[in-house]
Amino acid sequence: MNLHEYQAKDLLAARGVTIPRGAVCYEPLEAVITARHLKSEVVVLKAQVHSGGRGKAGGVAIVSREDDIRARATEIIGKRLVTHQTGSQGLPVSAILVEEVLPVDQELYLGVVLDRNTARVTIMASPAGGMEIETLAKEHPDKIFTLSVHPFIGLKPYQARGLAYRLTDDRNIAGEIVKVITALYEIFVGYDCSLAEINPLVISGERLVALDAKINLDDHALFRHPEMGRLRDRTQEDLLELSARKEGLSYIKLDGNIGCIVNGAGLAMATLDLIAFHGGAPANFLDVGGGASEQAIADAMSILLEDKRVKAVFINIFGGILRCDVLARGVIKALNRYGVRLPVIARIEGTNIDIGKHLFEESGLPIQMIPSLDEAAKLAVETARAA
Amino acid sequence: MAILVNKESRVICQGITGKNGTFHSLACRDYGTNMVGGVTPGKQGESVDGIPVFNTVWTAVKETGANVSLIFVPAAHAMDPILEAVDAGIEVIVCITEGIPPLDTASALHTVREEGRYLIGPNTPGVISPPERCKVGIMPGYIHKPGPVGVISRSGTLTYEVVDQLTKAGVGQSTCIGLGGDPVVGMSFVDVLKLFKDDPDTEAVVLIGEIGGTAEERAAEYIEKEFNKPVVAYIAGRLAPPGKRMGHAGAIISGGTGTAQAKITALNQAGATVIDNLTQVGAVMREILG
Repeated sequence: MNLHEYQAKDLLAARGVTIPRGAVCYEPLEAVITARHLKSEVVVLKAQVHSGGRGKAGGVAIVSREDDIRARATEIIGKRLVTHQTGSQGLPVSAILVEEVLPVDQELYLGVVLDRNTARVTIMASPAGGMEIETLAKEHPDKIFTLSVHPFIGLKPYQARGLAYRLTDDRNIAGEIVKVITALYEIFVGYDCSLAEINPLVISGERLVALDAKINLDDHALFRHPEMGRLRDRTQEDLLELSARKEGLSYIKLDGNIGCIVNGAGLAMATLDLIAFHGGAPANFLDVGGGASEQAIADAMSILLEDKRVKAVFINIFGGILRCDVLARGVIKALNRYGVRLPVIARIEGTNIDIGKHLFEESGLPIQMIPSLDEAAKLAVETARAA
Repeated sequence: MAILVNKESRVICQGITGKNGTFHSLACRDYGTNMVGGVTPGKQGESVDGIPVFNTVWTAVKETGANVSLIFVPAAHAMDPILEAVDAGIEVIVCITEGIPPLDTASALHTVREEGRYLIGPNTPGVISPPERCKVGIMPGYIHKPGPVGVISRSGTLTYEVVDQLTKAGVGQSTCIGLGGDPVVGMSFVDVLKLFKDDPDTEAVVLIGEIGGTAEERAAEYIEKEFNKPVVAYIAGRLAPPGKRMGHAGAIISGGTGTAQAKITALNQAGATVIDNLTQVGAVMREILG
């Protein structure tokens, strides 16, 4: 689950990190009033969407007090913002953050992640902030400093101090950096984040200010933080993906026209690749899970049958815990309810395959069963092309 | 010989009285695994179809000499049983549970590594050694066949698909191991390759990777420098859009790292045979073994 910039900044401010003065606004008029109250010569309007690259996409505007703030805010609020991360659909902007603009002496980077290889919480810092960390890693790997935290000892002051003095020689600023590192680490561990990042963290005169912040919470640990659930912004998520997840399905929309149902994430990814290998384009990734129920299968099937773009359905199941007879019952249930409007190509293998086959044959539904995965994928591609 | 689990393995199941724990403990025993006990606090003295239940792993080890544990415990509480198994001296810990908070896994893994044990998973189908008739996991046993090929994967059903192909092509397996689909898991490709390198009964390896992280790139580095047996590799997720979790918590391209292409390139350069069409893995391995 991702947080908006303003939500992330609230968490930081609650732990004593300085953030620019400002407020989140939902109406252009509200933005005008907020800007007036800030009494700042220049203010910044920032679209609140779950994506980076907002500036380049026109989602950030720096305006002086004389400018028509209302007009500039109207250009952003209520629009969809398309960035390099959102895809062509973009994300809706329902709120903007209106903030004072501060003089910047230096931009720093600070980020906390869980390193997959060392399995340790790792804090990354750089004196060259402002650009994305991936770009920084490519262009100036020597300017990224990291420290790794012992899971049972936790972050110690000497570690934070050591990192701070790699960013500055100024004793006061170093002291401030230590406080920010500590706060960001506590947020990361305290809320089970997958990412906590301040970029840039700016030195502005004597002060250290978090100019932008990004905090993502790990979905698997949300049960420990029920209070964070209210921060979820459903408008930033694909509703079909969200409702599929509630059914224990994992669904991701793609651009093609072959609807896919597969059990298991790895096999599902591989099935998409196989369709592409034969020149087709999958409409979706859909993993019904290792042990899906008849109802979950029927739900998965309904998602595809309702998708107008889908020209053919390809079912690829390797039954292990999920039995082929359960699969067949679920598919038949959905087809009977919605009517067969699409060609269905099924390749099933594994536990109770004979019962599954028998159920399909007995149903009288026009399901094409192809035992070879390769042949089945080819047929799905040809069928979708012919439709 | 096979690796990690064999005829001599004495296996317990933590969470044996739960629905999944019971079902799979019995399925493992049916396959031939020496299931010596189970653990569910408060149920010592009961039995699951003849398999004795103990209150603690410590007691189970004392009474049965167990050295391998299969864990089926809900995600919210799964860190504790892993630590309990380490503390009781279990050498190979297989954690099936999906959805464990990554920071919990990371903490438990620290202790596992410090004590020199093996953690397989979490979010894994487990490990099976067909020549030894030993299965510690949830994979369908009947698709396997004893033979010379080691299989390492980050996935469940995709592994079954590949194993099925191998078996149908007449190629048997020494040990098949699922590393797990989470971002942080116990054993890595490199850890398992090291064991296969020293296993005289493994002549070649199938490596099944997927998007997310850099475990495959690390494996490629190791294969190039140290590994002396043929490797056939397949990487899933070429079509995955960046920033989306593809079913597995760990299968995500973030900030341009973890792409299928980067892994394919690395493995190709390391001398592995990378397969583009999933359905050809069995046939290619057949050819390589001659």
